[in-house]
Amino acid sequence: MAEIFVLAEHRQGRIRDITFEMLTKGKKLTEQINADLTVVLLGKEAKEHARTLSEYAKKVLLIEDTKLENFNSEAYQRVLSNLINEHKPLLLMIGHTSFGVDLAPSLAASLKLPLATDCIDLEFDDETFLVTRQMYGGKVNVRARVRKAESYVVTIRQAAFEAQKPAMNGEIIEKPSSLAEEITKKRFIGYVLPPPGGVDITAADMLIGIGRGIKDENNIPTVEELAKSLGGVLACSRPIVDKGWLPSDRQVGSSGKTVKPKLYIAFGISGAFQHVLGMKNSDLIIAINKDPNAPIFSFSDYGVVEDMFKILSPLQSKICELKGQKT
Amino acid sequence: MAERGLNIIVCVKHVPETAEAEIKIDSTGKAIEKAGLVFDINECDDYALEEAVRVKEKFGGSVIAVTVGPEDADSTLRKCLARGADKAIRLTDATFGGSDGYAIAKILHNAIKGLPFDLVLTGALAGDDGCTMVGPILAELLRIPHATMVKKIELGEGVAKVNRELEGGLEEAVEVELPAVLTVQTGINEPRYVSILGIRKAMKKEIKVLGLADIGLSENDVGEAGSWIKIESMFVPPVEKQAEFIKGTPEEIAAKIVEIIKSRGLI
Ligand SMILES: Cc1cc2nc3c(=O)[nH]c(=O)nc-3n(C[C@H](O)[C@H](O)[C@H](O)COP(=O)(O)OP(=O)(O)OC[C@H]3O[C@@H](n4cnc5c(N)ncnc54)[C@H](O)[C@@H]3O)c2cc1C
Repeated sequence: MAEIFVLAEHRQGRIRDITFEMLTKGKKLTEQINADLTVVLLGKEAKEHARTLSEYAKKVLLIEDTKLENFNSEAYQRVLSNLINEHKPLLLMIGHTSFGVDLAPSLAASLKLPLATDCIDLEFDDETFLVTRQMYGGKVNVRARVRKAESYVVTIRQAAFEAQKPAMNGEIIEKPSSLAEEITKKRFIGYVLPPPGGVDITAADMLIGIGRGIKDENNIPTVEELAKSLGGVLACSRPIVDKGWLPSDRQVGSSGKTVKPKLYIAFGISGAFQHVLGMKNSDLIIAINKDPNAPIFSFSDYGVVEDMFKILSPLQSKICELKGQKT
Repeated sequence: MAERGLNIIVCVKHVPETAEAEIKIDSTGKAIEKAGLVFDINECDDYALEEAVRVKEKFGGSVIAVTVGPEDADSTLRKCLARGADKAIRLTDATFGGSDGYAIAKILHNAIKGLPFDLVLTGALAGDDGCTMVGPILAELLRIPHATMVKKIELGEGVAKVNRELEGGLEEAVEVELPAVLTVQTGINEPRYVSILGIRKAMKKEIKVLGLADIGLSENDVGEAGSWIKIESMFVPPVEKQAEFIKGTPEEIAAKIVEIIKSRGLI
């Protein structure tokens, strides 16, 4: 029977969410095309993870090796190449994460297997295999056909599928590591923690997020003032941190903080998926953007299509008015 | 290394700026209408180029900027030259259209494999197709190691110690043997502004143009034929939740926003 492989992603003792999200889609696909679902788990002393994952798939292929303790694309690529050559799975699913993007492209190229990255949906048809992915910062979707092959490799966008618990009772199969020689070209040294920040945006009830629409560093104090009058905290999208306009502890998104305030107001933020990942679960989202087609509007409760600079000052005075009345 | 310097190749892409632009799907239904869009160097590639120039300034050596793209991409190459690249190569051929990240990596591979280099830098991903694959595939084709999503580079004797960006603000430090391909993430440095003098000087530098035959590839290696994936249709993403739009004068809008916030008991 055809087999679908899901590569488990884990870090610092925890299985990462993307693994369970991929297993949701993997399970669905195996039901549609009548295939088996297998989790591939590489690590050092990973039996506990294997037990957890056995509830999500028919099989868990576990390979333990001290060289697999931390993620290293060179080591992973070697072990996975051997596994794929042996099992010839129809599909290998890898997370479109920092881990996955370091591994999947070179793995696919070395095995001469086609790869589609950052997929948000997958589908087999009579001919081959189709993926859905986004382009232009999420402004359009494309459906793309993958070149016919014995096996396909995909990377899956985070949060594209919802993790579910199917309560299966998979078999754990331990396999010997095929890593004989040392890994020489690439060496993991250690994790580097972000510098301790002064502000904890995850603790705030109200966040005012600014994006590239702010245009100039000198425009930031006006928004900060607004945040202050509201009793909220200033947050931002990545480009604002990249430019050095705000420290990284203010960044919302996949490479920043995940926040869930009672109110998130987005000023001049387009709503790229990596940003949305960090704020979409806020209780109330209001977005101000001059582009009516900005993706942020599909994640917001309320939207304003307007130049943010026209809204800031009336908003500031309305808030002050109200607060003034109260005291 | 300090004596002979480092030869660096930077792969850059000329992409449309779409964050603020209105996007229309063209009549083929497989691409967007490009007319009227402003093109510039891909965001992370800009950081990659800056990083290359900084390495050159510190250790000596040379920087070559390479792109696969149409003649218009010269403006991106000129920008690289003005920023401090020494040479530029544009890979252009009618057969390159429809190339995915894999085909692009093959084109780049054939164009640079004969050149001397210690380091190949490129952006972590392209803002248009978001493929996130050209750098590491190029490394595999060149049979050299790679590290993706790099936020810090320290060069030592025959090695690069780099920080890779992980999720949630975490990074990992890894060491890779040189030569290597590193894909650079935004924020690694602060790209410099180009001086008028720099631009004027850059206009005099030559951009070498190479086509399919020059780099020894065949038609089957590139374009749709040489790609892993082929776009069948392009469409506007289905909206799961559509915001309720607040309309009116700025004052009315502000009043409505305050009312909403107040109704939630937040003021
Ligand atoms: C691996 C990876 C991780 C990432 N992690 C993160 C992350 O954690 N957080 C994050 O935010 N991004 C992250 N990004 C970047 C992300 O892809 C986007 O590039 C980024 O979120 C865009 O920020 P922005 O919306 O501020 O800017 P843009 O996309 O440039 O959007 C600016 C918006 O402002 C609007 N605008 C301009 N002027 C005005 C005005 N006067 N009034 C109103 N609106 C205006 C425009 O219409 C536009 O929609 C990551 C990217 C990668 C590849």
